[in-house]
Amino acid sequence: MNFKQRDIISIRHFNKEELLYILDLAKRMEQMEYTDILKGKVLALLFFEPSTRTRLSFESAMKRLGGMVIGFAEPGVTSVAKGESLSDSVKIIEGYCDIIVLRHYLEGSAQLAADVVKTPVINAGDGANQHPTQTFLDLYTIQKTKGTLEGLTIGFLGDLKYGRTVHSLAYALAYFGAEMYFVSPPSLRMPGDFMEALKDRKVKCHENESLMGISKRLDVIYCTRIQKERFADPVEFEKVRGIYRLSKAVLEEFGIKNDLKVLHPLPRVDEMDDSLDATDFAVYFHQARNGVPIRKALLAAVLGAIE
Amino acid sequence: MKHLDVAAIKDGSVIDHIDSKSTLKVAEILNIQNEEQIVLVGMNLTSKFLGKKGIIKIEGKIIDQKEANKIALIAPNATVNIIKDYEVVKKFKIVIPEIIEGIVKCFNPNCVSNYNNIKARQHVVNKNPIKLQCHYCERIMSAKDIVLI
Ligand SMILES: [Zn+2]
Repeated sequence: MNFKQRDIISIRHFNKEELLYILDLAKRMEQMEYTDILKGKVLALLFFEPSTRTRLSFESAMKRLGGMVIGFAEPGVTSVAKGESLSDSVKIIEGYCDIIVLRHYLEGSAQLAADVVKTPVINAGDGANQHPTQTFLDLYTIQKTKGTLEGLTIGFLGDLKYGRTVHSLAYALAYFGAEMYFVSPPSLRMPGDFMEALKDRKVKCHENESLMGISKRLDVIYCTRIQKERFADPVEFEKVRGIYRLSKAVLEEFGIKNDLKVLHPLPRVDEMDDSLDATDFAVYFHQARNGVPIRKALLAAVLGAIE
Repeated sequence: MKHLDVAAIKDGSVIDHIDSKSTLKVAEILNIQNEEQIVLVGMNLTSKFLGKKGIIKIEGKIIDQKEANKIALIAPNATVNIIKDYEVVKKFKIVIPEIIEGIVKCFNPNCVSNYNNIKARQHVVNKNPIKLQCHYCERIMSAKDIVLI
């Protein structure tokens, strides 16, 4: 498997074997914890849009492998604030590091960066488009907690229209024969082109407005937050806020499989009640921790430190 | 192809077999309002293949590849004839390329290609009906979303 010097831009760029390879590598990374395989390597974290958790988890991953980290957490302190183009910024920073992790509010920015520099680029979120390392860690969490990725029935819940994590995860799970239930209010349904793409890939998909009647079939519920900032009209937001509120009692009332797992990319607001946290269903904190082994695996593979 | 529905031109290009409704859009791509020599635009002409077709004849202009690529997006069945001294010296069916560069604006207002003077770039994921995927933001455009640069 060749990941050396490869850009990690979109989950669409990886086939099933490559996805499994990274998950396998993450498992090995979790077992080895601290090593020095990236000693002397420098990672540049370029966060044009703040995201403390993603940034810290990359930083932790790099440091746990013995590497170093440079970068910035918001563009206000850089030449970008003076009007420098993204292409120019990354071309200059390329000279300071061995790998670039980029987060940017414009969609396609990571691809643009990858096109103009020789240094490998990892996309840590480009607008509403892609966040591939999140998808890798979601897959890893499902694989770890369910024992397999094959043939699962997954329910996606919440904002499916703007939720990029849902789009990428659904795309990746299509490789594994998943059956998918998309549960959302009508105004936040999965975009038509994604549904079409899934159907083209022979995925069994269903669209619902409630978990009622389907919850018993689900192996995994992937819950997402409905984000206020996505709504132009606050009245529209009020209509859907709090529409889904998962709690232990709700799940028990609806009826679920005993080994159901609930994932959430976090942060949550009110869509998941604290009462879930102590149950065996809740794997979201575990999921967040999985960001480190996944990012260790990707950094090590791309920098050619591990086969 | 000696028979021409409208008057013949001496030297230039004839774009034939345009889907009739797209004729004026093709005329726009070719920027005909700025031509100084004879331009003939015909619409709703009888066609064996299309039922009704459009045709554009431009005196003194040789269509180049970039223009042909643009036409291909709007009128995939069109043909181009290059005329010299009333004879067709070159005839080609235009083809939609695999990658389109600097021709179609990405319809996603939040796409990086709409900032910083970046050349728009799309991969043709389907030719008929046309579907273009932005190289940068991955959004898929269909005919209704296409805005030429
Ligand atoms: Zn785009």
